[in-house]
Amino acid sequence: MNFLSLFVLIPLLMMAGLALSRNMKQIRTVAVIGSSLQLVFAFIVLFMFLGERAAGNTAEMLFVADTVWYAPLGIHYTVGVDGVSVAMLLLSAIVVFAGVFASWKIDPLPKEFFLWLILLSIGVFGFFISINLFTMFMYYEIALIPMYLLIGVWGSGNKTYSAMKLTLMLMGGSALLLIGILGIYFHSSADGNLTMNILEIAKNNAIPHEMQYYLFPLTFVGFGVLGAMFPFHTWSPDGHASAPTAVSMLHAGVLMKLGGYGCFRVAMYLMPWATTELSWIFLILTGISVVYGAFSACVQTDLKYINAYSSVSHCGLVLFALLMWNTTAMTGAVLQMLSHGLMTALFFALIGMIYGRTHTRDIREMGGLMKIMPFLSVAYVIAGLASLGLPGLSGFVAEMTVFVGSFQWDDTFRRVFTIVACTSIVITAVYILRVVGKLLYGKVQNEHHRELTDAAWFERLSAITLIVGVAAIGMAPGWISNLISDSMSVISERILQYI
Amino acid sequence: MEYSYIILLLPMLMFITLGLCGHKMSHRTAGLLGTSGLFIITILSYIVAAQYFMQPRVDGIYPTVTPYHFEWLRFTEWLHIDLGIMLDPISVMMLVVITTVSSMVHLYSLGYMHGEVGFQRYYAFLSLFTFSMLGLVVATNIFQMYIFWELVGVSSYLLIGFYYTRQSAVAASKKAFIVTRFADLGFLLGILLLSYYTKTFDFATLTSGDVSLVGTTEGKTFLGISVASWAMALVFMGGAGKSAMFPLHIWLPDAMEGPTPVSALIHAATMVVAGVFLVARLFPVYVTTPEVLTFITVIGAVTALYAAVVACVQTDIKRVLAFSTISQIAFMMVALGVTTEMNGHGALGYMASMFHLFTHAMFKALLFLGAGAIIHAVHSNEMSEMGGLRKYMPITHITFLIACLAIAGIPPFSGFFSKDEILAAAFEKSAFWGVWMSLVAGLTAFYMFRLYFNIFWGKEAHHEHTPHEAPKTMSIPLVFLALVTCFAGFIPFGHFVTASGLSYTIHLNWTVAATSICIAVVAIALATWLYMKPNDKPARMAESLSSLHRWAYHRFYIDEVYMFVTHKIIFRYISTPIAWFDRHVVDGTMNLMATLTQSASYHIRGLQSGRLQSYAVVFLLGAMIIAAIVLYCI
Repeated sequence: MNFLSLFVLIPLLMMAGLALSRNMKQIRTVAVIGSSLQLVFAFIVLFMFLGERAAGNTAEMLFVADTVWYAPLGIHYTVGVDGVSVAMLLLSAIVVFAGVFASWKIDPLPKEFFLWLILLSIGVFGFFISINLFTMFMYYEIALIPMYLLIGVWGSGNKTYSAMKLTLMLMGGSALLLIGILGIYFHSSADGNLTMNILEIAKNNAIPHEMQYYLFPLTFVGFGVLGAMFPFHTWSPDGHASAPTAVSMLHAGVLMKLGGYGCFRVAMYLMPWATTELSWIFLILTGISVVYGAFSACVQTDLKYINAYSSVSHCGLVLFALLMWNTTAMTGAVLQMLSHGLMTALFFALIGMIYGRTHTRDIREMGGLMKIMPFLSVAYVIAGLASLGLPGLSGFVAEMTVFVGSFQWDDTFRRVFTIVACTSIVITAVYILRVVGKLLYGKVQNEHHRELTDAAWFERLSAITLIVGVAAIGMAPGWISNLISDSMSVISERILQYI
Repeated sequence: MEYSYIILLLPMLMFITLGLCGHKMSHRTAGLLGTSGLFIITILSYIVAAQYFMQPRVDGIYPTVTPYHFEWLRFTEWLHIDLGIMLDPISVMMLVVITTVSSMVHLYSLGYMHGEVGFQRYYAFLSLFTFSMLGLVVATNIFQMYIFWELVGVSSYLLIGFYYTRQSAVAASKKAFIVTRFADLGFLLGILLLSYYTKTFDFATLTSGDVSLVGTTEGKTFLGISVASWAMALVFMGGAGKSAMFPLHIWLPDAMEGPTPVSALIHAATMVVAGVFLVARLFPVYVTTPEVLTFITVIGAVTALYAAVVACVQTDIKRVLAFSTISQIAFMMVALGVTTEMNGHGALGYMASMFHLFTHAMFKALLFLGAGAIIHAVHSNEMSEMGGLRKYMPITHITFLIACLAIAGIPPFSGFFSKDEILAAAFEKSAFWGVWMSLVAGLTAFYMFRLYFNIFWGKEAHHEHTPHEAPKTMSIPLVFLALVTCFAGFIPFGHFVTASGLSYTIHLNWTVAATSICIAVVAIALATWLYMKPNDKPARMAESLSSLHRWAYHRFYIDEVYMFVTHKIIFRYISTPIAWFDRHVVDGTMNLMATLTQSASYHIRGLQSGRLQSYAVVFLLGAMIIAAIVLYCI
């Protein structure tokens, strides 16, 4: 057992602790201690990783450990991290930490809620440390199932429908994925030594081209459903709208990133030839996603729908950038995942807090909240500014890296789509300022709102954690960009060989 | 120059301090903290400027100094964003302009914003703005400029929307941000194109002539226009947005919703000239694409005339000043546009443009601050509520008059010298532009004196309280800026800032100067005749030119066109259908699949009824069919 498995072990212990706790206080204690440990550990891994790299260890994956799990089927439990996974682990730990504080007063069944939430986080952490198709898929499923219950039980509005829709669509995606993974497995080696280890499959490079032709779309779409790729994104608005705050945070903040991460780690990395052949289809779809999501967000009136569509737009940019193949754009994609993860988690946290007070998410029924809840409002403005790409916050860094990377191609097709994607910076400004103007500025719409209180300490802590993350990436992007691009260049160079 | 980083650092620290702890401070502490910080960096900027211009020239030009820079974010092998400080004649000049106006505005606001709710927030935003603006002008590369460009945009947004409970202020701030954002999209694409071909963001490399945009894009055209021109025109689009050039000017008049000192600082003296500064910064590249310079000239000339005509009929004093700002910035743009070479006679426009930028910043800030004092006294922006104020507000009156004389181009005030150089440069290019711009200069004198007489002379409006002179904190900046306006014209500007960097002695072109003075005097006389004493001549004139008057008053309905495009077309015909399509077609398909599955299973469910008889029937039928197939087909 390698120390990376602590990422899974800590939540497991947390779950045990939760199961034993008898009152709210104990539940909170366990959740806070567990998620703080997780956060500290994520930083430790980051520094260990940087240390190893500084010491000259240039292996593609560090801290690799491999244990045979079920020998007859060649199933191994293999973990390891590269720069991208380290960054994603850090993101997950931050969002989980903030999520715990955002669900401080969850009701009813707090114990069960936290149990499922932590189980979800196991899936997420496990996914990012896996370098084996089997464990990856397993963790992926572990992350999906709790969503159903979390939305179905603790959700709001049309929650049964939303929970069902979200689960079924994502399950549909994972069905495609399963076929894809099996296909990869059976072609993983030319000499009959079949393996599920991603590094070995990549080294063998034995998947025949005609198989790649089928397996690439299967895996890319399979993961793409979770990454809200047009036209498979419709689970996202309904799902987010019904989900409780912390679940929306974790889901939009981290779980959707599993989609993008899987796309490059499995689909693109293992099938570089098909990537170069078939990217154009997905480039069109994701290019559409970017502006389509943004335009849709312009006319929504429910805060969560606005953010769900904005996520479609931002996550579309992630996949779009990945399909540009070069290191810069792909690094931009991961930066966008981080940035979107932090900022959407912040958005959903704030929306949850506002909803908890006003009992409405309709922007037409609110107004002038700046006067009533200054802290929440300022945090909302910051999240909004990050979303529209203000320099000094994370969105700018991510978007600019994507645009500069995409612009390094000079064929008309990619140029046109890059310019189309660039226009999203204007449309994003339109819908963000529309919400900010209606929700926070102007006159107080509902006199009852005047009695509402501003954020409590745990809500402040949750929001500040995320704001610090957003600002840290935005102000000093150099180190994290280097961390990611070092690892991304391996994947990108592998693909670029084939053009 | 080694302390130049403090000039940037201090406003940023001030912003963070006031932003995070401002609400715990008293108004007095916050205001004094902000103002004293600004005075420190103003003095530092003067020291930097003195040191810079004191240093020996190398080959006749002041060398560019880069005291600080570091890599902030690396994109590719050759493209990386650096943050740093670059000092050259124009950035040093901008440092002086920005810190001077900003410190005056900080001081003035102590009085003007006294007792306002959100006083600390106001000072925090002012510091943020000052920081961003300073970062913009000292940028070492175009991407750093873009970063600070966006930051000034957001500070402007925050300050326009300072009175956030007022619907009109919120709408104006949103409009300002979105219109400039749209322009910035062009800027961004321009940067991407420029950097793709030249492989650098660095101003030093771009302007040194080592890499030539025209050379690297040789033979590449798009829609019949060379890629080099596209890149530079797109970059200019960003500048046109910030500098409110037609047709992207629509946000500036509305931006007057912000507090008046903010209008003086951001929307008159500093941020709005960022576009001019951008063109000047990249001028060595613009010179290689003459068609873009022609484009800039045309845009500038049209804007100058348009804004001057509109300014003649507005009744809100801040709006008159806003349109006058647009018109004056257009003068600077035209001056750059008519510059055809880096050296020699054709290069006059560059120097003229920068000179006008400098003088205009001072007298326009003075005008706005004066307007602020007037609004403070009569609690209204409308001219009809004013009149006869010269008796009550002598200091404001005299300083306002000085600024009006300066902008009208009457010697020896500063505006005369810089405007004369612009007109000379325009005549140098062609008589057409020269005459055009001289006419606009005449209009300028007319509408400024219309404003002046309507405020300080004319019919006295009924006031609830007797108007009173502004407090000291407000009148000191007025007097200081008035003094600058009186004497700035005698600065040997050509000695410091020229296109090539070589020293140039300004000598007045007396033919041009005499004409322009004559035009100005005639225009002022006309304004005096019409507006000095209460009479019905202006009303009769508006009557006889009623349709022109109406069109000009409504700013030629440009705003309405925009409203139509954004609300009708984008919201109603793009966004709404897309949202509908998503809910009903894309999501509908998903729901349809679910419904189909459900209904299919509903029907199949009947087969698993549990009744033995129906199983027996199905079994028998099945057996018979199979038997039949076996018997007849095989």
